[in-house]
Amino acid sequence: MDVIIENLPLYWEGFLRTLFLSAVSGVIALVLGTLLAAARVSPVAALRGFSTVYVEVLRNTPLTIAFFFAAIVLPRLGVKFEQFEIAAIIALSTYTAAFIAEAVRSGVNSVPVGQAEAARSIGMGFGQVLSLIILPQALRTVIPPLINILIALVKNSSVAGAFFVLELFGYGRQLANANGDAVITVLLGTAFFYLLLTVPLGILASTVERKVAIAR
Amino acid sequence: MSSVLYDVPGPKARRISLIASIAGAVLILGLVAWIVMILAQQGIFEGRRWQIFTRADVWRLLGNGLGATLSAAALAAVIAFPLGLALCLFRIADSPIIRIPVRVVLEFLRGMPVVLMMLFVLLGFGTSPFIAVVTGLVLYNAAVFAEIIRAGISSLPKGQREAGLAIGLTSYRSRMLIELPQAIRRMMPSLVAQMVVLLKDTSLGYIVAYGELLRAVQVMADFLGNAFLFPVFFVAAAIYIAINILVSRLAVWIERRGSKKAAGGTAKAEPAAVEAGAP
Repeated sequence: MDVIIENLPLYWEGFLRTLFLSAVSGVIALVLGTLLAAARVSPVAALRGFSTVYVEVLRNTPLTIAFFFAAIVLPRLGVKFEQFEIAAIIALSTYTAAFIAEAVRSGVNSVPVGQAEAARSIGMGFGQVLSLIILPQALRTVIPPLINILIALVKNSSVAGAFFVLELFGYGRQLANANGDAVITVLLGTAFFYLLLTVPLGILASTVERKVAIAR
Repeated sequence: MSSVLYDVPGPKARRISLIASIAGAVLILGLVAWIVMILAQQGIFEGRRWQIFTRADVWRLLGNGLGATLSAAALAAVIAFPLGLALCLFRIADSPIIRIPVRVVLEFLRGMPVVLMMLFVLLGFGTSPFIAVVTGLVLYNAAVFAEIIRAGISSLPKGQREAGLAIGLTSYRSRMLIELPQAIRRMMPSLVAQMVVLLKDTSLGYIVAYGELLRAVQVMADFLGNAFLFPVFFVAAAIYIAINILVSRLAVWIERRGSKKAAGGTAKAEPAAVEAGAP
């Protein structure tokens, strides 16, 4: 127990960096994912094709491969990063965007057909139908799965710890190596900080789910 | 659904769409060309960098890595599924003395990064990397399988269980004979999707020094020199992605087949299904 209390500042720093990585990547992934979902249902064939290929490939790429590419392959190809946080954010947000795009698309499909028909019959174009009528309803129904994706994102950010970013997992590993006699305590401490983020989000997801279920 | 979002395009809209498509394609091709140019400047396309793939030992190393990846994934899946089934039965047990602790454990397992569990087993118990990887995968995926099956059972009509109890089955036998078979069938797409996640997560073995595919890439790059990092990485990533896409296609195929069979009955998989697709 002493190990955790002694190293609380390190844990805290790692916790904040995990929070930062997750928050920034989460916002980028939400925007990118929604755009991809919009492209997927758009009338322009090239956009549809691009979005489909992007989602299919990224969803089937192991996250470690994405990180390896961003943090190790890219710098050797001449793309230098000032900080490895940027590589981590690129890997996390492009990876997560594919899952968000799929979730949003399933939300778009869940909106009753009549909504789009009504919007078109009063003369709205595709952009208006999507942004004013369909997406607001679609996003609302997919809030619980989106939160679940964000939970996964928080957990996935731990991979960054293995690619030169000192976040919660990175510090946990460092501390575990430094305190060979208290490895289990150190790692349980790390786990506690992750649960501090993921459990409240999980409760939020199930609460929202229940509310949405009642409203429908 | 998508075609409901816009009117059937007339000649003008079709022309605009065509122009936009061409412009988009040109943009993407331009981007690709730009990347290829950068790569060419780095000398990536020199023949000698790709000639290593004519060597048998390179393929043997890649093959060993792939074998390690697949064997860890297969073993983990084989253990995780029955364990998840058992956890699910405990999770929905009538007695709160069983139900509540199991629920806490499941929340705990699902809320932790898999790689942390692997490191925990590796350092905490001093096991080999293989055991660490498999244990980490088993613990996490058993918890997820349990939640998926639970969602499947709770999506069944109440009458199923009531009918089972009414003809004199015990609670346990009703679960096993009536509810579980239907729940598993309903949740098949989610379960296979989770298998893809499991397969993908074996790549985390790289972090705990398990000799899987990505580690093989790293070893080869260290051994042959950095010049060969990109070709080897490219081939390994392609192998990984191709296998995952194949398994994902299998999931889609199973889903189609399932929804054809159970007319009007298949759960338009409830929230848990979407969650299972989560990375």
